[in-house]
Amino acid sequence: MTYDKRFDGRKFDETRHMEAKAGVIKRAAGSGWFKIGNTEAYAAVYGPREMYPRFLQNPEKGVLRCHYNMMPFSSAGDRVRPGPSRRSKEISMVTERALRPVVDLSEYPNAVVDVFIELPQTDAGTRCAGICAASIALADAGISMSDLVCSISAGKVEDTMLLDLTYEEDSHEMGVDIPMAMLHNSKQISLLQMDGELPPEDLKRAIELVKKGCDQIYEVQKQALKNRFNETKD
Amino acid sequence: MYEELRNEIISLLSKQARLDGRKPEEYREVKIETGVSRNAEGSAKVKIGDTEVIAGVKMEIMKPYPDSPDDGSMMINVELYPMSSPEFESGPPDIYSIELARITDRGIRESKTLDTKQLCITPGEKVWMVVVDVCTLNDSGNLFDAIALAAEAAMEDAVFPTVENDKIDYKHKTDKKLPMRKKPITITVYKYGNNLLVDPTYEEEKVYDARLTVSVLENGNICSLQKGGDAAINTEDVFKMIDLAKAKSKEIRKLF
Repeated sequence: MTYDKRFDGRKFDETRHMEAKAGVIKRAAGSGWFKIGNTEAYAAVYGPREMYPRFLQNPEKGVLRCHYNMMPFSSAGDRVRPGPSRRSKEISMVTERALRPVVDLSEYPNAVVDVFIELPQTDAGTRCAGICAASIALADAGISMSDLVCSISAGKVEDTMLLDLTYEEDSHEMGVDIPMAMLHNSKQISLLQMDGELPPEDLKRAIELVKKGCDQIYEVQKQALKNRFNETKD
Repeated sequence: MYEELRNEIISLLSKQARLDGRKPEEYREVKIETGVSRNAEGSAKVKIGDTEVIAGVKMEIMKPYPDSPDDGSMMINVELYPMSSPEFESGPPDIYSIELARITDRGIRESKTLDTKQLCITPGEKVWMVVVDVCTLNDSGNLFDAIALAAEAAMEDAVFPTVENDKIDYKHKTDKKLPMRKKPITITVYKYGNNLLVDPTYEEEKVYDARLTVSVLENGNICSLQKGGDAAINTEDVFKMIDLAKAKSKEIRKLF
């Protein structure tokens, strides 16, 4: 069986339409908004500020702490009960790991940089959209960074390798979803997860697809930050 | 702690002025956008100046309460996200978010805005439950009014999902709107010394003496009240505050 035409008519290596903005949440030190298709993420950065509870403080350097959350009405099915779930806690953790390699908090011992990610509407790829928004937000907050992190999923439906799966593709019974995050300059991978069954050689193709997608995401992120800089200048 | 700020605000108010250049009775620009979250049965984003909240409606089917077997039900929940203010923390709802949710709930429930009889599917067995979640994106003051407005606008926007074999198919919506009969508009009036203002910034919210939240119906009747703040107010104050809320509600009502 082959999935030879995508449900939404996209090419196999084509991302959904993307939009991004920086500086969308005025109270935060920095913020970002990233939309890909019908998946939409806000990210706000607070800090560096003193870390509580205290035992979590690191006297060597500041800590990056991420909080991923879906708004209760954001999902295609039932209402999502407010409050952390096992799923949201794990995604918060992998988001932290995806961003940590580019963030330099050595100048902020005992401090925390909090990143809050909220999703008002979702159609798969939420952790990736969250990471893209968070990357913009950290840069907007002026946190010292060595690179931007771009994130998107690749996958497989039936026998076809695809970039940027929708919920319909992700939940296909023959669907494989591989969310990844990539450091733009070095092309190193800072998020890699998968569910489904896949011969390992297909992963190569998936990484190639993600690389291509991430180059486009980077341009969207960069433009958002440039626009923010221009509006601040005025 | 904020003595200086309070003195400055009062001194400005006595000259009919405010920190951000507004007049005491002047609201910031209000923007209402509906249909902002496609998976919700209804949704709305409300901006009041830089304050921004988003509300979404989800519908569920439940067994009715035994004392009202042919009435559907409604729940309003407020999520004060730490994203929206350095003062909000993660965790279970605190008393501030409970107060915000309950004021909004009363404004809609006690005015009988939602016709709960029309939410009945099979008496004694199945009724619709309307859950409205209001989430804050940015708190630059006046969440009371913003949250109530967003909940109201999201409910106005909402349609029933389709039901097949007793299961809700959230992917396919009907074009049947929620049975909304009225449109309460909620305005909170703040008192500093002998001065009143509406639509405070978060700085102004730190130092008020008293506040009164008033939900106003189109016919001028009021359908919920909540007095807050540490200072007591007299009868004359109450009516001054209600009059101001009524006047402001007319301006907001024009927007949707």
